[in-house]
Amino acid sequence: MKPITFREISGNSKGYYGLLAVLGLMVAAGLGSAFYMEHNGHWVTGMNNQIVWGIPHVFAVFLIIAASGALNVASIASVFGKTAYKPLAPLSALMALALLTGGLMVLVLDLGRPDRMIVAMTYYNFKSIFAWNMILYNGFFAIVGVYLLTMLNRKLNKYSHTAGFFAFIWRLALTMGTGSIFGFIVAREYYDAAIMAPMFIVMSFSFGLAFFLIALLATYKWTGREIGSYIVARLQRLQGLFVASVLLFVIIFHMANLYATQHHGVESFILEGNNVYSGLFWIGYMLLGTLFPLAICYAPAFRGSIGWTAAAAVMVIAGGLSQMYMIIIGGQAFPMEMFPGKEVSSSFYDGVVATYTPSAPEISLGLGGVAIAFVTLMIAIKILRFLPLSLANEKTNPHHASQD
Amino acid sequence: MIQENKNQIDTYRRKLLGGGAALAAAVTLGPGVLFTSVARAKADDEAVTSEVRWGFLIDTNKCADNCDKCVTACNDEHNLTGFGRPETDAQWIRTVTLRDKKSGHTTKLPMMCQHCANPPCVDVCPTGASFKRPDGIVLVDKHICIGCRYCMMACPYKARSFVHETITNQKEYSPRGKGTVESCTLCVHRIDNGEIPACAEACPEKAILFGNLNDANSDIAKRMTAEASTEIRGDLRLDLGVRYQGI
Amino acid sequence: MKGKSNKQQRLWLAAVACVLFSTLFSIVATAGAPRPDIPDAIKGEQCVEDTDFMRRNHMDLLLHQRDETVHKGIRTKKHSLKECFTCHVVKDKDNKPLTVSSPKHFCRECHDYAAVSIDCFQCHTSIPSNKEMGGGKTKGSMRGGL
Repeated sequence: MKPITFREISGNSKGYYGLLAVLGLMVAAGLGSAFYMEHNGHWVTGMNNQIVWGIPHVFAVFLIIAASGALNVASIASVFGKTAYKPLAPLSALMALALLTGGLMVLVLDLGRPDRMIVAMTYYNFKSIFAWNMILYNGFFAIVGVYLLTMLNRKLNKYSHTAGFFAFIWRLALTMGTGSIFGFIVAREYYDAAIMAPMFIVMSFSFGLAFFLIALLATYKWTGREIGSYIVARLQRLQGLFVASVLLFVIIFHMANLYATQHHGVESFILEGNNVYSGLFWIGYMLLGTLFPLAICYAPAFRGSIGWTAAAAVMVIAGGLSQMYMIIIGGQAFPMEMFPGKEVSSSFYDGVVATYTPSAPEISLGLGGVAIAFVTLMIAIKILRFLPLSLANEKTNPHHASQD
Repeated sequence: MIQENKNQIDTYRRKLLGGGAALAAAVTLGPGVLFTSVARAKADDEAVTSEVRWGFLIDTNKCADNCDKCVTACNDEHNLTGFGRPETDAQWIRTVTLRDKKSGHTTKLPMMCQHCANPPCVDVCPTGASFKRPDGIVLVDKHICIGCRYCMMACPYKARSFVHETITNQKEYSPRGKGTVESCTLCVHRIDNGEIPACAEACPEKAILFGNLNDANSDIAKRMTAEASTEIRGDLRLDLGVRYQGI
Repeated sequence: MKGKSNKQQRLWLAAVACVLFSTLFSIVATAGAPRPDIPDAIKGEQCVEDTDFMRRNHMDLLLHQRDETVHKGIRTKKHSLKECFTCHVVKDKDNKPLTVSSPKHFCRECHDYAAVSIDCFQCHTSIPSNKEMGGGKTKGSMRGGL
């Protein structure tokens, strides 16, 4: 293998500034939306007393778990010693920080009282998974920050294995914590399942790698740097493996639910209902987010193709968002069964499927979170040396040198 | 008349310190004052203790078909004026109609925060804003509520509402504000003042019995010993402060 | 080298401009802003604590009282928010209490002057109830015979 040189991207092109401007506008729109929602109160959103977590939470949770997943490539390099991934490790850690920033921005700005962040940081109820997560999120910034430093600063390189190991453990805890937010809710039938925690870990692998692939492939394509089919094919197969793992967990989750008569109601609501959630499950998650990407990632015809790999990554993200929407909104829309065997009615929407129509400001806030992640990324790779000048096969393939 | 009794109770319980006070008062004064003695007044500077546990026993057989006096009493008491948007308007108490899927038998009942001894809302609250007072009343400390709505996700009874808009004209004893979560306070301001909750007071059928579950001599405890009652979603083992009869 | 000195020059300019601006602003501000016109309390001469102490520490007393009341049910009046706006109520021509939406409200007189926002009244009412105003029974009271 030849030595790898890291360089900033020049970032002077019209395309660079154009993209930055578009993303900047999205961020501004997101912040404006948040202000509008806070100023008027949440009645201007689609959220209500039945669907208490809406689109902002879909984006926030999605971005947060994707953040920890984006760190995977770095973990594989530092912790599991796969040298082929080593040149990608700094970008991977950066992506993780950028995505977490976006996710937390959305989460915080949707709070009823975002002005009270200091309260959230000073009053802790340690039985709350949410409180744990606040520590996990903040800790993630610190640990990945240190990890990044050990990778970027040559003098600190020798510590990068240790830092990477801690970051890896921490990211597992973070996703488990995020999954447990839902997994530990006994009140709602669709959530009360401990499998949510490991399922969220596997989902984070898949979504995080998809974000990473999009950033990596787009950057190399648009900067004209070389990226060889060797590394693309490896990442492509890894993505396929992650998508398949998520599918496995989804199957176990639903099989377990379907076995118990008690859960048949909610399962048929999600799986075969005449509603948006079933559509999102079968078309969004299953077809677009799972079967298509699996085909692309494993079919020999697409092996190492930059375009197809990027397409698969985009599909994984679309499918992941569908899945998250289905879990978060669908799980709330299904009526809570307080009185088994009874038909229930009240002025407070007891016993009926809750309706939710996301409003423009909420969607804009969610997209703002995605945008800020990419803005962070674009600026960082312009001012710091995150990216190798070339990822050509002879640079990345450990067996390549022997062929010379 | 009731005022007199209340003062007497105060005198007694100041003489007899500790948990025996309410019991002694009830025994001494006889059955005629039980209705008020359950809601004994405490001194303003006295902290509430876990010696009492407040609760409701609700007899659904007495709950009349077209009556919603408990709901309107609650709305008046706490100024829960709606904005004409039922999906986002706050409801601390609601009437729920149950229809048995097989027999078609219908039951009506008032539903509010069940004031669990092991409240899921308290478990999940990141800041501790959702908390249980020593006397069993589950409340939101709106000063430290950040409006994350996790408690609403966790509550098995849909007891909580999020304040979706700017509120004005609050009652001085019932602060409410945009961006925080709220629910039935069991009229804690009345209880601390020796009065019974507004819904219980308003019910013309006396279907909502309020009292101290920890006091074996209270009306509510005696009724619960003598008659069958049940908890909603008892499978969750939350040990509810509100029990129902006839469901 | 030349670029660096240019940068330094610019930094200096910016610093000077900042100092000039803030001085000017503070002169204008002190000259222009009217001193708070603190209304008299309706009950007696002396606040629940020494006036100087109250000016500096009322927020700590309120914070302490708030936790005592909310979590322990201690409802002494002395340091309560309700007692603040009951004693220090400001009334309009029609003898109606002014809410915090009016700049004449007791709390706002100083808080506006000091540019410190008050969070209390997003949830709490800012005026005493009729009963505390000595207006007799509240209309539609739920208090029954008590």
